[in-house]
Amino acid sequence: MLKPDLLIVGAGPAGMSAAVVAARAGLSVMVVDEQPTPGGQIWRGIEANAGTARGRALGAPYLSGLATVRAFRESGAVYWPSTRVWQIEPTLRTYVTGPDGTLMIQPSAILIATGAQERPAPFRGWTLPGVMTVGAAQILLKAPGTVPAAPVWIAGCGPLALLYAHQLVRLGGAVAGFLDTRMPAPLAGAARLAAGAVLRSGRELAKGAYWYADLHRRAGRYVRGVVDLQALGTDRVEGVRYRTADGRVEEVETSLLLIHEGVVPELHTARSLGCQTRWHAGQAAYVPVLNEWGESSVPGILVAGDAAGIGGAEAAIQRGRLAALRILSRLGRLPAGQEGAEAACRKALARALAPRAFLDRIFMPRENVFLPDDDTIVCRCEELRVRDLRGALSCSVGANQLKAFTRAGMGPCQGRQCAYTVASLIANVEARPMGDVEPFRVRPPLKPVRLCDVASLAEEAAPP
Amino acid sequence: MMASQATTAVIGGGLHGLACALALAVRGQDVVVFERSWVGRRASGATAAGVRTLGRDPAEIALSLVALERWHRIADLVGDDCGFHGSGQIKVAENPAEMESLAERARLTRDMGFDHEELIDAAELRRLVPMISPHCVGGLVARRDGAADPHRTIAAFRRTAEGCGVTIREGIAVTALEPDAGGWRVVTDAGTWQVRHVVNAAGAWGGHVCRMIGEPIRFGYKASMVFVTERLTPMIRPVVSAAGRTLSFKQSSQGTLVIGGGLQGSADLKTGVTQVDFHALAKGAQSARALFPAIGTVQVVRAWAGLEGAPADLLPVIGPSVRAPGIFHMFGFSGHGFELVPVVGEIVADWITRGRSSHDIGAFDVARLSL
Ligand SMILES: Cc1cc2nc3c(=O)[nH]c(=O)nc-3n(C[C@H](O)[C@H](O)[C@H](O)COP(=O)(O)OP(=O)(O)OC[C@H]3O[C@@H](n4cnc5c(N)ncnc54)[C@H](O)[C@@H]3O)c2cc1C
Ligand SMILES: Cc1cc2nc3c(=O)[nH]c(=O)nc-3n(C[C@H](O)[C@H](O)[C@H](O)COP(=O)(O)OP(=O)(O)OC[C@H]3O[C@@H](n4cnc5c(N)ncnc54)[C@H](O)[C@@H]3O)c2cc1C
Repeated sequence: MLKPDLLIVGAGPAGMSAAVVAARAGLSVMVVDEQPTPGGQIWRGIEANAGTARGRALGAPYLSGLATVRAFRESGAVYWPSTRVWQIEPTLRTYVTGPDGTLMIQPSAILIATGAQERPAPFRGWTLPGVMTVGAAQILLKAPGTVPAAPVWIAGCGPLALLYAHQLVRLGGAVAGFLDTRMPAPLAGAARLAAGAVLRSGRELAKGAYWYADLHRRAGRYVRGVVDLQALGTDRVEGVRYRTADGRVEEVETSLLLIHEGVVPELHTARSLGCQTRWHAGQAAYVPVLNEWGESSVPGILVAGDAAGIGGAEAAIQRGRLAALRILSRLGRLPAGQEGAEAACRKALARALAPRAFLDRIFMPRENVFLPDDDTIVCRCEELRVRDLRGALSCSVGANQLKAFTRAGMGPCQGRQCAYTVASLIANVEARPMGDVEPFRVRPPLKPVRLCDVASLAEEAAPP
Repeated sequence: MMASQATTAVIGGGLHGLACALALAVRGQDVVVFERSWVGRRASGATAAGVRTLGRDPAEIALSLVALERWHRIADLVGDDCGFHGSGQIKVAENPAEMESLAERARLTRDMGFDHEELIDAAELRRLVPMISPHCVGGLVARRDGAADPHRTIAAFRRTAEGCGVTIREGIAVTALEPDAGGWRVVTDAGTWQVRHVVNAAGAWGGHVCRMIGEPIRFGYKASMVFVTERLTPMIRPVVSAAGRTLSFKQSSQGTLVIGGGLQGSADLKTGVTQVDFHALAKGAQSARALFPAIGTVQVVRAWAGLEGAPADLLPVIGPSVRAPGIFHMFGFSGHGFELVPVVGEIVADWITRGRSSHDIGAFDVARLSL
């Protein structure tokens, strides 16, 4: 069995940055990522796209990733692409499946750098073919030659939705319309946060404002204050009906509807290990409980990057480095001359996080993202609607019992798509704060794995 | 503070505790069930829910056959068929030596006067399980066996018990039992109850309850694992096990394959935390693939380990305490207690209300485990 000092799950900004620090200091580092190339979400496909027209269209922050990827490639860390981590035991024994089959790894420490996932935001019709998330559409943009042929409708809010629209237009695509679901932020609070943010990260905010202005100019239609959505169609999406805050209801035709309501930490991995989590009200998300180094409540398990709480790529880099420094010092391998490194990381991290509270506030999802109406499918794997869950909730307690009664969260997505909605429903029905509601227990595997891949482990020597 | 009162307290809101509470309520008793976490949280929620008389320990056969007949009419008891279907259970032989061991088993049960296990040849095996690997040579079948839906079963027993007046207190652990004039004081982390009888249906923690009443026993536990695949089109009806392997294989009514058979994970009785061991589970996957070569690329979507009490002889503890009058045991079903759910609760209820039962439970006496 392989026994590296450090196993890193995820080769995005956080994982790569941690790998560079740890490997340069002489640790044996393994980095596993299910993508075929390094870069994570933000820099997906960067090595292929750098120097091409597509790369330029995707923008400067995208291209800036090339330096990190190069440093990572040269760091000496062992990198396993197209390899999926599907189970980590509290003993840190880890199971992966990749091109070379299925293996067990026994590292001394693990850094979870699995990034974010888009916030599940069920609404009526969201499971129709032709409705997809902005994130999924953006993955296509970053691969060769896949700009949607027809103008698209986008619904939702959050920086990624704006960025996508911007990138799409620069790549020759078109936005037929943008249904902005952002709630008007309470002015006083937002202004105070904005002032703080502008002071420390004016450039980023200016960029965001520019995307907004650009969108206003380029989108065929721009509809503000959308409070409810419904995808229309029988076998696939044919249109979208929306309602605005002032009560207007309209329908438009489209064969492609992209939807996005922000991102939340990928928490499945940490929770499967029993790492403590808490409700972060400002981000309306569950986050792992971590110390200032990214150490979780489970010994030997650290979390960095967006998996630790949404902070964006620059924060991910700094958190990755800090985690690596911590692991080095825990293993007694911190090289001399690194005294200034920690302070530099912390300073850069603080700067990167400066606009966060403001962004979280202005992009706080509308209420029916959490509590959709009765007809909406919540659990897509088992085709359960809000109504079914409310019915079951009247005679049970807690997410795990609800799961037993209704099968919600038992399908292949392992509750990734419905856990938030289920927790919100429980909080709502029982009039409890979200922080009191424990989401589903996570059962292994973290991601589906083929039976033959599990079977092949039987040939491996029994671990000690 | 005045203690609350009931005739009987049941410790444990698993299926056996619920079934016993229901039987007691039907017999006119005032019953309270204490469940540390929530109903069905432990073995009863983790179970593969096979209804199997096939291959049982000779000491359990008679009881399991009574239970089986009740499964075929389970709706009479709890108003729902619990997803039960009696499509049979088959133990498969992969070579002549295994076939001979199955034949010997069939002789043994026949000599005991039972006829529920039937030896079948390769042709009949293939008729019953068309997708079985061609190398299999035959098997032993119990045609009236089958499987049920565990969560529906829990829901049905709970609903019926509550409908008959049983009080279920979830999130409450029993921490001590103190003898009291005419009965017992049940001390919980949420107050004290005064009762005449106590049923120990605490599953893996049955031994803890024994200690509370000064009846220490030799008692272990199992952490059996199960894994479940994505949904597939219907392809197999009976539950399949193998003479030479640790395997139980079936397709649920949702279409998922449910694969287990007693492969062991690990557990911590104190915290109740269980851990799946995929290296051990790999053997189960390998066995499943050996019998059903076509399923190699099917996706495994969930796995878990469930805690269950198990004495060394893998037989349950059923019957009155030998040291503490008024205490009745029903725990330690050793990984095959789901099948017995419709019968054991009634036996214990009869002991409590009439001082005897028409079923012979001598083999399950707690005294055999005394320290
Ligand atoms: C769909 C999506 C698109 C985004 N696009 C942008 C963008 O264009 N610009 C931007 O600024 N921000 C984007 N973000 C926000 C993004 O989260 C951060 O900017 C940044 O990428 C976070 O870096 P990270 O290292 O924490 O995680 P990520 O960059 O997300 O990297 C995590 C990596 O972990 C891998 N991984 C996860 N689980 C496993 C597993 N079990 N086994 C193996 N590998 C695993 C993933 O394949 C991924 O490569 C996006 C977020 C999402 C969810
Ligand atoms: C993975 C697995 C697969 C199985 N497959 C099958 C199968 O196919 N066929 C079959 O026949 N059987 C099977 N079994 C066995 C069967 O599920 C069990 O025998 C049966 O569910 C036991 O029920 P129970 O009520 O005795 O125990 P449990 O369901 O474990 O209930 C005991 C309850 O007591 C509670 N408790 C304990 N101590 C206290 C206390 N001090 N105070 C309050 N509450 C307390 C616990 O929280 C628990 O909920 C399987 C078991 C497992 C784990």
